[in-house]
Amino acid sequence: MKLSGSEIIIESLKKEGVDYIFGYPGGAVLHIYDALFAAKDIKHVLVRHEQGATHAADGYARACNKPGIVLVTSGPGITNCVTGIATAHMDSIPMIVISGQVSRHYVGSDAFQEADATGITRPICKHNFLINDRESIAETFRKAFIIATTGRPGPVIIDIPKDLTDPNIKINFEYKKNIKIRSYKVKTNECEDKIHDAAKLICSAKKPMIYSGGGVVLSKASAELTKLTKLLNFPITNTLMGLGAYPSSDSQFLGMLGMHGTYEANMAMHNCDVLLAVGARFDDRVTGDTKQFCPKAKIIHIDIDPSSISKIIEVDHSLIGDTKKILKKLISYTTNYKNNIDTVAIDKWWKKINSWQKKKCLSYAKSNKVIKPQAVIESLHKISKGKSFVTSDVGQHQMWVAQYYKFDKPNRWINSGGLGTMGFGLPAAIGAQLAFPKEQVICVTGEASILMCIQELSTCLQYGLPIKVINLNNRYMGMVRQWQEFFYEGRYAMSYMDAIPDFAKLAESFGHIGMVIDNPENLEKDLTKALSYKNRLVFVDVITDQTENVYPMIVNGKGHHEMHLAPSANEDIELA
Amino acid sequence: MTTIDKRHIISILVENEFGSLSRIAGLFSARGYNIHCLSVAPTSDDSISRMTLVTYCSDAKSSQLMKQLDKLVDVINVKDLTDETHIEREMLLLKVKSTLKQRDELKRLTDIFRARIIDVTDTTYTIELTGPTEKILAFIDSLGKIKIIEQVRSGALGISRGSESLEIKK
Repeated sequence: MKLSGSEIIIESLKKEGVDYIFGYPGGAVLHIYDALFAAKDIKHVLVRHEQGATHAADGYARACNKPGIVLVTSGPGITNCVTGIATAHMDSIPMIVISGQVSRHYVGSDAFQEADATGITRPICKHNFLINDRESIAETFRKAFIIATTGRPGPVIIDIPKDLTDPNIKINFEYKKNIKIRSYKVKTNECEDKIHDAAKLICSAKKPMIYSGGGVVLSKASAELTKLTKLLNFPITNTLMGLGAYPSSDSQFLGMLGMHGTYEANMAMHNCDVLLAVGARFDDRVTGDTKQFCPKAKIIHIDIDPSSISKIIEVDHSLIGDTKKILKKLISYTTNYKNNIDTVAIDKWWKKINSWQKKKCLSYAKSNKVIKPQAVIESLHKISKGKSFVTSDVGQHQMWVAQYYKFDKPNRWINSGGLGTMGFGLPAAIGAQLAFPKEQVICVTGEASILMCIQELSTCLQYGLPIKVINLNNRYMGMVRQWQEFFYEGRYAMSYMDAIPDFAKLAESFGHIGMVIDNPENLEKDLTKALSYKNRLVFVDVITDQTENVYPMIVNGKGHHEMHLAPSANEDIELA
Repeated sequence: MTTIDKRHIISILVENEFGSLSRIAGLFSARGYNIHCLSVAPTSDDSISRMTLVTYCSDAKSSQLMKQLDKLVDVINVKDLTDETHIEREMLLLKVKSTLKQRDELKRLTDIFRARIIDVTDTTYTIELTGPTEKILAFIDSLGKIKIIEQVRSGALGISRGSESLEIKK
């Protein structure tokens, strides 16, 4: 089969089972768009800004565990993708970004719309390629998919000069699935002895704790994690990225840990004697002061990335490989050692945990005068029966979703955890909704974040995406305001959102339904109504309490046992 | 593991491809490591380059550095030669002022250090010297008041002793 470079790109994508491309056309990719025009099996989603394309592809990947595909032009096309690529990289999301480049004879000449795409993206991606000859296009695509989706996943950029996509020059096309990348190593299996030893250590624990992260979602190991936790009757906490991997409604779940984690989760971390870390990377928002992190615990760490081991916290026992495979083996070994477990000690440990839970650290002062943001999330959870896909932007609203929307399944909670990218939520919802057209997709956002990618409301109309945007509007960049209240004596430098648009009207001008909720008494009724529109995007502007803060909170440089609880909760902190 | 900075000499086999060098250099700057010196050239298989790199960091940092280097897709194999028996060589090209009075002294020093004079003008000598870094430094030190016009050093090259070799994994 003889094909042009552009046709080879499209055929390669088909061979990889791609169904959606998120992109924006421009000079350097026009040949590719022309080939795409003829392709029937791949649907292209036209975004309104390239950043939106990357977040949409990212949201798609997070929702359905398939790589998200982006197609953009050279120069500003690829530079606009930088934030989205970095976002995916920090959270290990598989993504392929295809960027056009100026023709080879122009490369390096400061040509129109020329930017050094591979140079710019090098530190923020798993790998990148600049294709130099037509013959290597197919092989490069195969390599890119292998690299993006195996091991610790991540974004891969393929930069392709325009002349290589010329429709008039055709070459032989063959797509070899089994290719070897000499320098690319992924360790998927850990040696049996090490897993065996870990199982022994786990079963010897008197105050155990399981701490799991996004790696469990990425390796589709939710069932195995749940099975192991149930088998052991151990307490478990999830990181922000790991929420949903273990059912939040289960009694062994202690909630999220870390800076805005629950009292019981953080106290259990601080006091445990054996910590099993699964697909988590000891992020600073999780550990707090590393010198005070799990001071009494032997730590076992399961991760596919060797460089995650002992990077932040020195661990005692590392299991490197695919989380799912290792958990499976751990289940069978711990079954053998189950009789060694000191159930009396575990019961005592649970009693201690139950005493921490009595703090009710997520309780908040209810109000019938202003809408409490926490109440909005609780209502959303109730109305949607906890089954929705929920995306968020970054800030207070993100933390409130993490705390109050109790996710029971993986892949449902879609947020920018590592990079903390405002503007992520709406385009990510586009990706999630396309991946699951029949499911309810809710984007919880704030009036500051939503304005960073508001233009994607136009994309939502074009593709008839019935996303529900819940805008927690407190007229402040809430998290910035909170820090300024705590650490800058209430000097609210630039955190007040002046000249906020009328969001309901704005949404209507984009062709959607706009709603305002400002009365706490109507909250549940109006939210129910908003969520009941099956085929329309509804933008709900919820006017919330301006000065509400996210609690509990561990201030930078403090340990897990040094949380601040909400003023309404009992402040005296118990050191066990 | 100690937190005191020490000298690490690291060998890296890397795909001889566009961008490989900047990936490695970029990793050092992005993660806050220094590169004291770096040399790179193709191996007997010209699709593979070998780099020798010297950096100063703690053992804890160097073990993380090795993992980060190994994680780069283009890196085939990487090894810290520091704590095993290995040989290091560096080359120096030195252009010095050599007036009539200084010529004898310069010739003597060159002989003592088993260096070679490879270019001569009426006012200068250019000297070539190979050896471990300490020898290079000692030679430069020994020149005393002789004026150095230009100094070019290759940076260290390293290879392990015995039959050990840095192999192409897989």
